[in-house]
Amino acid sequence: MLLLAIDTSANASAALLAVNGADVEVLGSFTSDVGNDHSEVLAPAIESMLEAAGGAKPEAIAVGVGPGPFTGLRVGLATARTLGFVWNVPVHGVMSLDAMARQALAGEPGGDFTVAIDARRKELYWARYDKRGGLIDGPHVSVAEDVPPGEIYGAGAGLYAERLAAVGAHPVRGFEDLHPDAVSLGTCAARALADGAPLLGTDPLYLRDSDAKVPAVMKGKLL
Amino acid sequence: MPKIGSMSLSAPLVLGIESSCDETGVGIVRGTELLVNAVASSMEEHVRFGGVIPEIASRAHLDAFVPTLSAALEEAGVSLDDIDAIAVTSGPGLSGALMVGVASAKALALGTGKPLYAINHLVAHVGVGILEGGKLPENLGALLVSGGHTEILQVNSLTDDVRLIGATIDDAAGEAYDKVARLLGLGYPGGPVIDAIARDGDRKAIRFPRGLTMPKFIGTAEDPGKHRHDFSFSGLKTAVARCVEQYQKRGEEVPVADIAAGFQEAVVDVITSKAVRACTEHGLSNLLLGGGVAANSRLRELLAARCASAGITLRVPPRELCTDNGAMVAALGAQLVATGAAPTGLGFSTDPGQPVSMVSLVA
Repeated sequence: MLLLAIDTSANASAALLAVNGADVEVLGSFTSDVGNDHSEVLAPAIESMLEAAGGAKPEAIAVGVGPGPFTGLRVGLATARTLGFVWNVPVHGVMSLDAMARQALAGEPGGDFTVAIDARRKELYWARYDKRGGLIDGPHVSVAEDVPPGEIYGAGAGLYAERLAAVGAHPVRGFEDLHPDAVSLGTCAARALADGAPLLGTDPLYLRDSDAKVPAVMKGKLL
Repeated sequence: MPKIGSMSLSAPLVLGIESSCDETGVGIVRGTELLVNAVASSMEEHVRFGGVIPEIASRAHLDAFVPTLSAALEEAGVSLDDIDAIAVTSGPGLSGALMVGVASAKALALGTGKPLYAINHLVAHVGVGILEGGKLPENLGALLVSGGHTEILQVNSLTDDVRLIGATIDDAAGEAYDKVARLLGLGYPGGPVIDAIARDGDRKAIRFPRGLTMPKFIGTAEDPGKHRHDFSFSGLKTAVARCVEQYQKRGEEVPVADIAAGFQEAVVDVITSKAVRACTEHGLSNLLLGGGVAANSRLRELLAARCASAGITLRVPPRELCTDNGAMVAALGAQLVATGAAPTGLGFSTDPGQPVSMVSLVA
């Protein structure tokens, strides 16, 4: 099965995977170098990957549903949903931090561990996994002090290393640049499909409301 | 009939996508014929805030896009295979909102292999005129009045020569309506409710200031001032606030209808007089009105009267084509296709401040 994977919870990322049961072959992948060009680079990158792979139409799409900065996240979801509609193929959602947890397993975590990325506004998006990479808690958005103790993987860990250490959460070296990416995300989806495990829908995990406040005058006060 | 590939140049089937503010629009036209104009609005979600909240609008676009696209195709009775080209608003507008329409449009173009045009929202408001009432006339000006825009344009050529004559230097007219409606406790959106209440008021009872009408801003036709054709509405909003305060301080009932009528008259007076003057001085004998505030009864009445006095022929598209919609994007896209303009491709960025001189983005 040809699977297109997309994640824009961090930098724009896409991958084309040939999936045969539990075997996953990466036919093409792309990750942007910068974090603010999702809507410019994602579609051209997918177009190039499809062309390079001979132009066959993917039979399924996996998309990261966040958490991640809203505007970029929506670019991936809008792209995945629209391609799913045009191609008439299923679009599976994957929690974006799951893709990082999968990569964190290479660090051979000693027990339950946390993955975290920058959520801006001095907070982190994080989730907790068991040592086989199974999600046990999250995703959450919070300040560093609310992250549970233990090993912590990912780009969010280095940002607040001292504050995390103060609450017993220790960044794991070698994973300071780890972000969600489409190859890992697509692999998560492929394994779940092979195992018959459930995947998510495509609703974004914003974890925060819009910042809008109802103005006083709208609460019935004249001036 | 000349053809490029399977594309008919004279009547291309174009799908247009709009997401620059709080309307998710998908329209389909065949040349100058409107097939469908599907619009989903998140307006209800903004009511309690008294104005459009960009993040809420962006979230709504994401969820509305595919259902709106699907509904449009079904209503028009066409398949994606039939479409010759896709057009999408790339700007001006709210950045996060534009991004959803553009990402969706790119995916649609990528998935179907159809050419994609990134087009100007304001010029699309002019281009929509072609769908009702036939070819656009020569010597054409356009007055666009909405919650996000207040502009006077000179349209030498719809597809490649549009110039900005004047624009608001602060709030858009529709924004002023929303803010004044909030001050008067009339809810959101402000336009329709102020228009309705103003009918019960005396528009001459309270005179509010007309922005940028002092001689130093206007100058003369020969020696125009810096803001001869520009608008300003933020001072007007403040004047209304001070007026309401005065009544409250004196413990008197606020004469809401008179204030609404006086405010509306100040807005409409300055818009119509400046638009007519701009047309006269630029040799524009035709004027097209667009934008959501085109639905305002007093604006239509006074503009029609003043255009008639000045010998200007006024054209006002139907209301559903004046507010933001995808059909206008499709209509302008179809004109670009018909003139052989090059598609933009997939690599462009949204441009929240896209100038009217950029009718479509070049690849």
